[in-house]
Amino acid sequence: MSPKIDIDFTLNGIRKNATVRIDMSALDMLRDVIGLTGTKYGCGEGECGACTIQMDGVSVNACLLFAVDCQGRNVVTVEGLAADPRAAALRAAFVKHGAVQCGFCTPGMVMQASHLLDTHPDADPDAIKRGIEGNICRCTGYKKIVEAIASVSQIQNQE
Amino acid sequence: MSVPEKSVLKEPVVQESLIGKRIAKMDAPEKVEGKTRYIHDINLSGQLHAKILRSARVHAVIKSIDVSAARALPGVHAVITAADVPDQRPIGVAKDHLPLKTDRVRSQRDEIAAVAAETEEIAEQALKLIKVEYEDLPVLADPEVAARPGAPAIHADKPDNVAMRFDYQHGDVAQGEAESDVVVEDTFKLHYVTHCCMGVSGMIAEFDASGNLLMYSNTQVPFLHKREFAEYLQMDPSRVRIIQPPIGGGFGSKLDIYPFEMICVFLARLTKRPVKLVFTREEEFLASPTRQPVLLTLRSGCKKDGTLTFRQVHTLHDNGAYTSWGATTPFVMMQTFSSLYRVPHCDYHTVAMYTNNPYAGSFRGYGNLQATFAIEQQMDKLAEAIGMDQFEFRMKNAQEAGEVTGQGMVFRSCGFKECLTTAAERSDFRRKLEKNRKNQNAPGPIKRGIGMAAMLHVGGGAKIHQSDGCGTILKMDDFGHVTLITGASEIGQGSETVLSQLVCEELGLPMSAITVINNDTAITPWDVGVHASRTTFIAGNSAIGAARKAKIKLLAAAARKFECAEDELDLRGGYVTRAASGEPLIDLPRLLRQLHFSDKAELVMTTFYYEPPSVHQDKGFKGDVSAAYAWATQVVEVEVDTETGIVKMTKVTAAHDVGRVLNRLGIEGQIEGGVVMGQGYALTENLMVENGVIRNPNFRDYKLVTAPEIPEMDISFIESMDGEGPQGAKGVGEAPAICIAAATANAIYNATGVRIYDLPFTPERVYSALRGRSKKPYWQPA
Repeated sequence: MSPKIDIDFTLNGIRKNATVRIDMSALDMLRDVIGLTGTKYGCGEGECGACTIQMDGVSVNACLLFAVDCQGRNVVTVEGLAADPRAAALRAAFVKHGAVQCGFCTPGMVMQASHLLDTHPDADPDAIKRGIEGNICRCTGYKKIVEAIASVSQIQNQE
Repeated sequence: MSVPEKSVLKEPVVQESLIGKRIAKMDAPEKVEGKTRYIHDINLSGQLHAKILRSARVHAVIKSIDVSAARALPGVHAVITAADVPDQRPIGVAKDHLPLKTDRVRSQRDEIAAVAAETEEIAEQALKLIKVEYEDLPVLADPEVAARPGAPAIHADKPDNVAMRFDYQHGDVAQGEAESDVVVEDTFKLHYVTHCCMGVSGMIAEFDASGNLLMYSNTQVPFLHKREFAEYLQMDPSRVRIIQPPIGGGFGSKLDIYPFEMICVFLARLTKRPVKLVFTREEEFLASPTRQPVLLTLRSGCKKDGTLTFRQVHTLHDNGAYTSWGATTPFVMMQTFSSLYRVPHCDYHTVAMYTNNPYAGSFRGYGNLQATFAIEQQMDKLAEAIGMDQFEFRMKNAQEAGEVTGQGMVFRSCGFKECLTTAAERSDFRRKLEKNRKNQNAPGPIKRGIGMAAMLHVGGGAKIHQSDGCGTILKMDDFGHVTLITGASEIGQGSETVLSQLVCEELGLPMSAITVINNDTAITPWDVGVHASRTTFIAGNSAIGAARKAKIKLLAAAARKFECAEDELDLRGGYVTRAASGEPLIDLPRLLRQLHFSDKAELVMTTFYYEPPSVHQDKGFKGDVSAAYAWATQVVEVEVDTETGIVKMTKVTAAHDVGRVLNRLGIEGQIEGGVVMGQGYALTENLMVENGVIRNPNFRDYKLVTAPEIPEMDISFIESMDGEGPQGAKGVGEAPAICIAAATANAIYNATGVRIYDLPFTPERVYSALRGRSKKPYWQPA
């Protein structure tokens, strides 16, 4: 068995301690050690984006990070966006625009969209498509996801 | 409480219809918050984790298996091989497949042993400790070779390697050919693709103290599986219960019982603990079903005036090592050949050959992508040969309402010609076709092309099993809230929402007044499953049936109370109203409580079972197998970079005869998603199988379409108002993926003058074809 190590970091705004195997991914830690299952396993090698989280304000694939990489960092998962007003607008837009079918890619999409609008608040549809290029959806054909994100981007522009 | 209770309401109640509106999916709010618990997110107390050891060889004799070191590993609760499960029985469509292999492996995915352990990590470690000795056998990876006399048999009891045959005919193709002015013949080669559901496969199995089996399963056919699991385990079916947590994508992949599911059950039985088995993505690629790869030779003819004369079809299906639903796709393929257009003479033959390749299952479209790819390219070729416009040629031969086809399909509602016209007009098809053709030799590397394809698919279920029905239980509580208990599963497609709309429309209720229970065989009534684009049609009619019975009950009670005739009353906005004026008489909660707590002590609970008025096909595959048929025409526009071979799909104009739009948001989503799945089939997706080995079992090398690549989509709905459909609707789930590859082939031809007969249209293939370096597929049946 791999040796374990204690880490502490900020998870969704709260200080968190965890004991993790040194070879464990951040994704497995979030899901299996901490029990936050909103972050999904889709491929385990950074190709599908279902496990997108934000670390120190940057969107990353949790499956490609070791759990120990979280030491001292600020990690936000889909559960941590609950109180964020723009994330709330994004979630409402995903629902309203029909951007959700089976929903398995959705938490990762919302995380990536949230990061995209953090860094490009006035992203147009082409920029949105490039921004979610690393997130695979097998159900929707992406069109309604792009429309949902664009609707929130436009709201920001109007303000 | 969702229905407002008001003692005095004076204004007439006006309720807008819910039909055709953009109604958000009921499960979406949970999903966007990451709160939905898929099977991967469920953990039971005392649960063990299972892993499967798969064959390291493609085709070999298993000489020995040594599991002693794995069994000795601390934390391991069970290690099983075929020897430990003497009562295992063959599973699958042809019952040719033992979950754990005994003396021989026949494909790369084959299951040799399985472990249940305290953690996934321990289970993985244990797998590495299992020693298997193999003796390699020659690999049979080519169905043409498998068909040759003297080819080694994959299964001893199938010496000719034939897994399944289909032979169909109407008319006399020799006569049809004699009457033809033009005849074309081509071979088309269709490749392996796979579903790539975002949620990987998984199951949790548990036996309770009385020996009852509970499975948390992703199946699309819970009631068929309940029976089949019981049969394989020799259990009383009433002791098997299946709960379906929300599913991370289905697309037909979950119609069969797979070895991993039986293995999970075996481990639970042995350990007396809940056992959870979840695939890795690599395993999902290796051990999930595929779309059926097909070699298809089509010969068609027509007269100078554009009348189709005959079709002769031979297909060679690569069945893989075992038989799943993929082998039965000819059921659907032959419908397209016999009945998409009026064809007086048609001959169709399929042989599915065992090989050591991955085995194919059902996949959205069910053979129709392959059939349509061939037919719709030849429609263009025939039109060109007689100098007729491609659109006119299709219009001349298109089916119309009232037609009974050679295969016995009856087209009661048929918007095919409207689909053709709408797609052609909205895409400016004829003008662009001519313009692009003239520009083929213009300077510059980028050539534009436009191509059309049409499709026919079942839209009112498909009578394959004994019953194609669905049951509904509808319950109203004392507060006017409805619980809809339906046999129909939600797999992300939105059935929960559309069924709720249909019920609320009948009962004059808002969408907030309904809850759906649809995922537990101990509660829900029987349904044959999510396939054949049937759920809206079949489960929809079932839900409406139950709602109508509830309405009759409510109106009868109100009629007694207000001393009037039932037909003078209606249900609107949560009230019983006067039908003529909309004047509210009593709110539903009050009426329901008066019924419940009166001397009559009655609850409003109804049941309904809907069986569509379709028939089973006869032995010659003839019969009106669906209660309705769906039609579509899609026009694809491409830009071909002749210097690189890169094909960019710029626009898709789709016109679908959907009967009637029930939920505009949902149906747009189905069509957009299907179009992009079709785009992947046409351009990027390719499961590379070399000598039985899958070379690209990951998303890096198996290329799915991503957001920047999607085409502009223009979608039109033809509302043919099917007489049997729920509110006039027909099924649409599979339809949008079917035409894209065929239309893309036609568009590439329009752009470049080069026709490509095999998929996918990757840059390499297109580049080679443009330079005349590719070999046209050729196959003639022996």
